[in-house]
Amino acid sequence: MLFLIILILTIASSFILPWWAAAIIAFLAAMYWGKTSGKAFWSGFAALFIAWAILALIKTIPNENSLATRVAHLFRLPNWLLLLLVTALIGGLVGGMAALSGVLVKRAFQKK
Amino acid sequence: MVPVNTAMKIFKAVLSIAITLVLIWALQTKFGNLPPIGKFLNPVTGFWQNAEIKNAFADENLKLTGLQHKVIIRYDENRIPHIFAQNDHDLYYAQGYITARDRLWEMDIQTREASGRLAEIIGPEVLGTDEYHRRMGMVYGAENTLRGIMKDPQVKTSVEAYTDGINNYIHGLSAKDYPIEFKLLDYTPEDWKPINCAFLLKLMSETLAGGSDQFALTNNLKHFGAKVTNDLFPDYPFLEDPIIPKGTKWNFKPLPIPKPSADFLAQMTDSIKTRGEKEDIGSNNWAIAGSKSANGYPILANDPHLNLTYPSIWYQVQLSSPAVNVYGVSLPGAPFVIIGFNQKTSWGVTNVGADVLDWYQVHFKDGSKNQYWYNNRWNSVNKRIEVIYVRGQKPVYDTVIYTHHGPVVYDNAAQKSENAGENIPVGNALRWIAHDESDEFKTFYLLNRGKNYADYREALKYYTAPAQNFIFDDADNDIAITPNGKFPLKFKDQGKFILDGSDPANDWHGWIPYEQNPTVKNPERGFVSSANQSSTDQTYPYYIAWQFDSPYERGKRINDRLTTMKNATPDSLRLLQGDTYSIHAQNVLDALLKYLDPTKMSVDQLQAYNALKKWNKRFDAGEIGATIFELWWNNFYRMTWDDKFGIKNTHLLYPNRDRTIKLLLTDPKSKWFDNTQTPVIETCGDIVNIAFTHTVDKLVKEKGKMNNNWQWGRVKHTEIASLAQLPGFGSGNFISGGASAVINAISGGSGPSWRMVVQLGPVVKGYGVFPGGESGNPGSFYYDNMLQTWKDGKLNELLFLQSPDENSKRIKSTITLSVK
Repeated sequence: MLFLIILILTIASSFILPWWAAAIIAFLAAMYWGKTSGKAFWSGFAALFIAWAILALIKTIPNENSLATRVAHLFRLPNWLLLLLVTALIGGLVGGMAALSGVLVKRAFQKK
Repeated sequence: MVPVNTAMKIFKAVLSIAITLVLIWALQTKFGNLPPIGKFLNPVTGFWQNAEIKNAFADENLKLTGLQHKVIIRYDENRIPHIFAQNDHDLYYAQGYITARDRLWEMDIQTREASGRLAEIIGPEVLGTDEYHRRMGMVYGAENTLRGIMKDPQVKTSVEAYTDGINNYIHGLSAKDYPIEFKLLDYTPEDWKPINCAFLLKLMSETLAGGSDQFALTNNLKHFGAKVTNDLFPDYPFLEDPIIPKGTKWNFKPLPIPKPSADFLAQMTDSIKTRGEKEDIGSNNWAIAGSKSANGYPILANDPHLNLTYPSIWYQVQLSSPAVNVYGVSLPGAPFVIIGFNQKTSWGVTNVGADVLDWYQVHFKDGSKNQYWYNNRWNSVNKRIEVIYVRGQKPVYDTVIYTHHGPVVYDNAAQKSENAGENIPVGNALRWIAHDESDEFKTFYLLNRGKNYADYREALKYYTAPAQNFIFDDADNDIAITPNGKFPLKFKDQGKFILDGSDPANDWHGWIPYEQNPTVKNPERGFVSSANQSSTDQTYPYYIAWQFDSPYERGKRINDRLTTMKNATPDSLRLLQGDTYSIHAQNVLDALLKYLDPTKMSVDQLQAYNALKKWNKRFDAGEIGATIFELWWNNFYRMTWDDKFGIKNTHLLYPNRDRTIKLLLTDPKSKWFDNTQTPVIETCGDIVNIAFTHTVDKLVKEKGKMNNNWQWGRVKHTEIASLAQLPGFGSGNFISGGASAVINAISGGSGPSWRMVVQLGPVVKGYGVFPGGESGNPGSFYYDNMLQTWKDGKLNELLFLQSPDENSKRIKSTITLSVK
């Protein structure tokens, strides 16, 4: 549930909001729908990981990955897929940490 | 009391939020040379957004403020824009808008380089480069040129409209649209200003007329004395085939030539590295008369040699309004077409290499440097404060002293950074043509609209710098060439050595009248040409330079070939642009070989000797002879001069190739061949043999016994690097023929930056290509799509539309700009 909400909202917001808006989305979503901290983290992580990979692929596939290959070369990576992986991991980390924060804030305000 | 449990929970939440915020901050922040990693990599606004779809041809309608009427832009299959406007204002507005769409970062970074504003975006590591540009007076010169531009209503309108167009484009951008280089360096595009167009001219002057051998030659004078210096650095080459054909009569009465001043030799205390001769910037152009062409009309060819980069220094464009219809290459950042053609005429340029940059020794009254001695009295200096912003640091305030000559580029040795040219003397004021008020754009404004020879002559008189050999032809069957620019009136060799800045006799004495610049129209031989050699023979009454940009070999080969050419077509001239035959080898190879004795050779040497004997004297990619010859000559040259001129800590000028050839061919017993570091006395033959042995040994050592790796194309490194020198953004190394002293002057990272051939006639036909593409975006398929055509030595037929609605299968999309 949490995973799907973050995923959909991240992709939808990407066309109008800056990239870090996804962190706010994951944070708020986890405050409402988050359960355990572990689950929240991995939901946020997976959602942004996948969202960013999809968003990058939408751009790079019609480009025949030519720009991604040049940039990979620039960063001394052997191929563009690794660059995609790095991109997705960064997204995942931000998403995971934001969702974790969301669920931890929720807990801090819970009575028990 | 808050339970421990709750406190722990709050702590965890706060910690988690803090880590998240720090993470996001870190991803948004630039560390060292790395781009901010999250900002750059995120797919929402980062570099992924710069990836373009292949065949991204779509019609667009854009509404823009500042336009007066509708503008139609048609794109052909190479994404070259053909702009149709209803008046000149809209034409240059659209040129600015469209050029910025493809080349915004190139325009930005070139302006920053010229104006000394790189440190503002890159940081302290480029501060020396910025200081150098500021202290050379680039900003001062651009301000003066802008004044000239603004006095001219037509050029003013064009430059302002062009500026508006660029800014309208910039204002429509959001972060995800910024060119990738902005994202890599983490800065945002700023508004364009009219002075930026002037900066582009200054950059051209710096590249093409910003060098000087004065300092080194003055050191030579001190080191060797006047007799030797005059002998080794003569005022006219041994071998020459000047641009204005020998014997051309000068039909004007020259101004009186100024009297030379009392000799002065500047005192120098600085220590610098030496440098060899540099010859990679040069260009070819020629035009043949109708009598030599198949269709009876002139054909013109031009290939300016510059550093080859992605994006290219050139941007192809067709510009059409009711007042003009012209096709050619423009400089991104400046309106108009610089090299091109219209229905009636075509024109091109090569560099002259005029002596328009002089150093004057300044004698200051005291350490405050507020006054200097000139014309037998103390005069006040001007001080100009240059503010250089530095990323991540406080701004640097740099005070530059100006005498009436110009800026004292370095008034003490400590100011001179590693990045500065070693040929800059300390404590000298710079008198440079690029500091003067000027209006070069007027020349291009008029050439774009020119209809005949008279229009060409009119256009040239507005041109100041960098001086160019303007070649021209028209449909009335006129051909012409004019080494043209604003040339100072000087006594002979004034500025060959550093001048005494206190003596008014050393000042520039006015100007050579424009109409007296060397020129020739319809010479008997049926063609005009230039390849950076001497402008004239020795009968021209004025001093332009003691040595021009390049020795005569390319020019000689062009002239030899054009002399015998008949019924020429554009293809004949295209093939000539790709010619790799070496006149240098023709001149010296036999003379070198005759010193070798094949009976005393090792197997490797004999193989090399035979390869040279068999060699067709062409610098084609597959030639092994070319490799051996080139290395052999370079070794011979260095072994002849190194021991005398390669002196540590003294910046001396080496004698040039022409003088070395003269020595080889006419004076083999010369003392200059003796290596002063050996006890025996060497002559020419000894040096030739030592150089040969050394060449073969080195090739065998590095490439193994003679094999395909000895081929010229494999030995020579050819690469088109990106403007920012980013790995992965350039072409990578590729195999290519050519060399700096042959017509096809591909040499390392420089060479023909634009090749053009134009056939005039009832219908003009243009052909051209540059190594790269129209787009400056490495994520575009039009970033390098023309490279292969260029590598193959082919040209694209240039689409020259007569109206916006002309039918052509080559038109792929249309952008309509309309008034908002």
